[in-house]
Amino acid sequence: MDRVLNSKLVKTITPWMSNLIVPILAVLFALIIGGIFMIMVDANPLEAYTVLFKSSFGSTKNFFETLVNATPLIFTGLSVAFAFKCGLFNIGGEGQFIAGYIAAAWLGAFFHMPWYFHIPFVLLGVIVAGAIWGGVPGLLKAKLGVHEVISTIMFNYTALHLVNYLIRTVLVDPGYASTPLIDKSARLLRFYQIDFLNLRQIARGSRLDLTFLIALLVAFIIYWILWKTNIGYEIRAVGHNPSAAEYGGINVARNTFLAMAISGALSALAGASQVIGLQGKAYQLFGFIGHGFTGIAVALLGKNHPVGVILAAILFGTLQRGANSMQSVAGVPKEVIFIIQAIIIFFVASDYVIRKIYRQIKLKKEEVE
Amino acid sequence: MPNVIEMKGITKIFPGVVANDNINFHLKKGEIHALLGENGAGKTTLMKILYGLYTQTSGDIFVNEQKVWIDSPNKAIELGIGMVHQHFMLVQPFTVAENIVLGAEPTKELGILHQKEIIRQVEEISEQYGLMVDPHARIQDISVGMQQRVEILKALYRGADILILDEPTAVLTPQEVRELTSIMEKLTAEGKSIIFITHKLKEVKAISDRVTVIRRGKVIGTVNTNDVDVRELARMMVGREVILEVEKQEATPEEVIFSAENLHALNDRGLPALDGATFDVKVGEILGIAGVDGNGQTELTEVLTGLRSLASGKVCFKGEDVSRLTTRKRIERGMAHIPEDRQKRGLILDYPLSLNMILGHHYQKPFSRGINLNYSKIRENARGLIEEFDVRTPNEEVEAKNLSGGNQQKVIIAREFSRDPDLLIAAQPTRGVDVGAIEFIHKRIVEQRDAGKAVLLISLELDEILSLSDRIAVIYEGKIVGIVDAKDATEEELGLMMAGAGIQQGR
Ligand SMILES: Nc1ncnc2c1ncn2[C@@H]1O[C@H](COP(=O)(O)OP(=O)(O)O)[C@@H](O)[C@H]1O
Ligand SMILES: [Mg+2]
Repeated sequence: MDRVLNSKLVKTITPWMSNLIVPILAVLFALIIGGIFMIMVDANPLEAYTVLFKSSFGSTKNFFETLVNATPLIFTGLSVAFAFKCGLFNIGGEGQFIAGYIAAAWLGAFFHMPWYFHIPFVLLGVIVAGAIWGGVPGLLKAKLGVHEVISTIMFNYTALHLVNYLIRTVLVDPGYASTPLIDKSARLLRFYQIDFLNLRQIARGSRLDLTFLIALLVAFIIYWILWKTNIGYEIRAVGHNPSAAEYGGINVARNTFLAMAISGALSALAGASQVIGLQGKAYQLFGFIGHGFTGIAVALLGKNHPVGVILAAILFGTLQRGANSMQSVAGVPKEVIFIIQAIIIFFVASDYVIRKIYRQIKLKKEEVE
Repeated sequence: MPNVIEMKGITKIFPGVVANDNINFHLKKGEIHALLGENGAGKTTLMKILYGLYTQTSGDIFVNEQKVWIDSPNKAIELGIGMVHQHFMLVQPFTVAENIVLGAEPTKELGILHQKEIIRQVEEISEQYGLMVDPHARIQDISVGMQQRVEILKALYRGADILILDEPTAVLTPQEVRELTSIMEKLTAEGKSIIFITHKLKEVKAISDRVTVIRRGKVIGTVNTNDVDVRELARMMVGREVILEVEKQEATPEEVIFSAENLHALNDRGLPALDGATFDVKVGEILGIAGVDGNGQTELTEVLTGLRSLASGKVCFKGEDVSRLTTRKRIERGMAHIPEDRQKRGLILDYPLSLNMILGHHYQKPFSRGINLNYSKIRENARGLIEEFDVRTPNEEVEAKNLSGGNQQKVIIAREFSRDPDLLIAAQPTRGVDVGAIEFIHKRIVEQRDAGKAVLLISLELDEILSLSDRIAVIYEGKIVGIVDAKDATEEELGLMMAGAGIQQGR
């Protein structure tokens, strides 16, 4: 037994496990409590969860559709996580999302060039737009000490109203409450349009497009920046202990700005993914779409780690997608899904409490042994 | 003499730490009883239990042979126990008299303070014990030594017969320590009993009648002070033989490498903290900056290292004006800095040791190639330093927060020395580390000097300054009030300067 416990494998896995245990417990608890609610409204939780599972994982098509929901959440989750690594709470994901949303629609529809220029051009423009929308609050924090929570909220509303104004006036597609369709050269392919590995068959009926792969790629890049470069070293140092970072010759103001700008760019990519992928245009907004806010929950559940963020985004994508089918097939009100989401967030946020209980259980066990 | 306090089998467990482990402690009437132990030994915890701030996990307390349960400071005060904390708890804008009576104020009808009566009572009690204070002065305007008197008077005013003084000498000049000693003697002559916490051996010998030594939460022994010498006490405290003297040769100072001219700077509250400090450091010497806490040492260190901006003045290093350079540029020029607060400044507690050991040089070769961190070089560096500086850790990937204070300090020392700096600014390099580590750190600092580098040592421990420095500058209210040769310096003279009695700036 001891040999097993001391083996290298166990030693490398254990820290991972302890990171995973809280999110997993949180999800389990939430599902159980969600089930209790279902019983209270006379629905069968088993049936409902089967529907939920099937609608998200029952077929490749369904799974791909879940990934459609997950894609923007990967970006916004990374966005929140990245800022958090620098000790910043970016709740401006909505505004930055909108900045990327409109930038993609504008650059995609009003500029014309071959696709191998157009797509990088749009992505670059989106990144700049998001970097500005996140970077300005970063600058305000770094130079004037304005708290990023306040400034990013203000930037959310500014973005919402500004963009609606733009869509109504200069960027309008006459007769529609949206911008014109972007050029084909700026649009990313859907999986079923790709002649590769039988994708035409596998992905038929699903709207999943290449922005999902971009999201995975970006998650990898963020991982690399944070843990493999000295840029990440500095950003995380500032996040953990600004005084010590300063002592080590690290420019706290610069890193604050940089982290917010990158965070903003990530949320903007979420907005762009909807335009250059899913929709092909930007619609007038009646309110915040919510991907930015859900990104906070995704980052929280994903423990601010890119891999965790991807998994959490898929889970939230599943719940969002399952909500509709559960209502229509199993007769479970949509709100139950919201309750489950809320409980997940609640539990992960009270990570500390759970950890404490877990530790005490462990202690008790040791005493018994 | 009867025992006024008996603590029997006291155990106190904090999550993860046994701070007190089955401690037996007896205080006789009329004695000064020193409680000696290294930082973290559990002295404060034991006394906070006696004063009702913590409750023991197990064990019994007897006061005047009655078993008691002390669950609050009020209960302790009722039993005649008073405590003066390591950090004073006075209301700054109030007067001395108001602070003394606070919590038990004499009032007229309708709860209005009876000012005349307050003053009268305070004058009476201060005369009775020979503790002279100005009842009308505001706390913010009086010296730390005076504030301590106010704390003692406050306890006496509430009828304390048993006084606990937690590291009372840490904030005092040598003269003030002597005054405190005579105050304590007067109090015991009046029949009070005193528990005196310290980690300084000399004070135990000079002040106490008996001493109880605590190590890692356990009592090592209680002895009559006259029956032991300092070496013996050191051994009890540390658990092994220690060398108390720093071995060092005469310095051979050469040219000036670093100079500070007429430095002015503000503290965090926007008040002047440095007020024209001027000094220089030569190659091959250790310049010590002595002074009582709060006379601008923190700000001085920060200004020299680029962490705080100068209001005016000039800092020169190797012939270059570095006053406006960033911290990073100064590090690149060859300065290293052991910060006074290792947890706040010196370490990123959530980073593993390997990453802490490159802080400041993390962006340079060999730790970075372009923007990529070179982890194999980073680990190799850490393993080398852990070995060389004897950092006690399972491996280099342990997070810094999991190390003991002494080992954390070694990580910082290792990092700063590994840069082979031309100037080392060491602020409180041994604060809170155990005696064994102090020996080691002192040896390295002297080696640094002998290798032809310059060292600026800023410390509140006068003993440390005296045993390490080649020249000693005394800082008082943000000014250097005197610079003396360490060979000729006496504690007496330095103490006077630390209290502000300046001699003209000598070189
Ligand atoms: N409130 C507390 N919570 C947890 N641990 C504590 C607390 N107070 C003290 N400790 C721990 O107990 C030990 C003894 O501390 P303390 O009594 O302050 O030592 P001393 O006064 O001898 O320097 C240390 O390891 C310290 O970290
Ligand atoms: Mg203490």
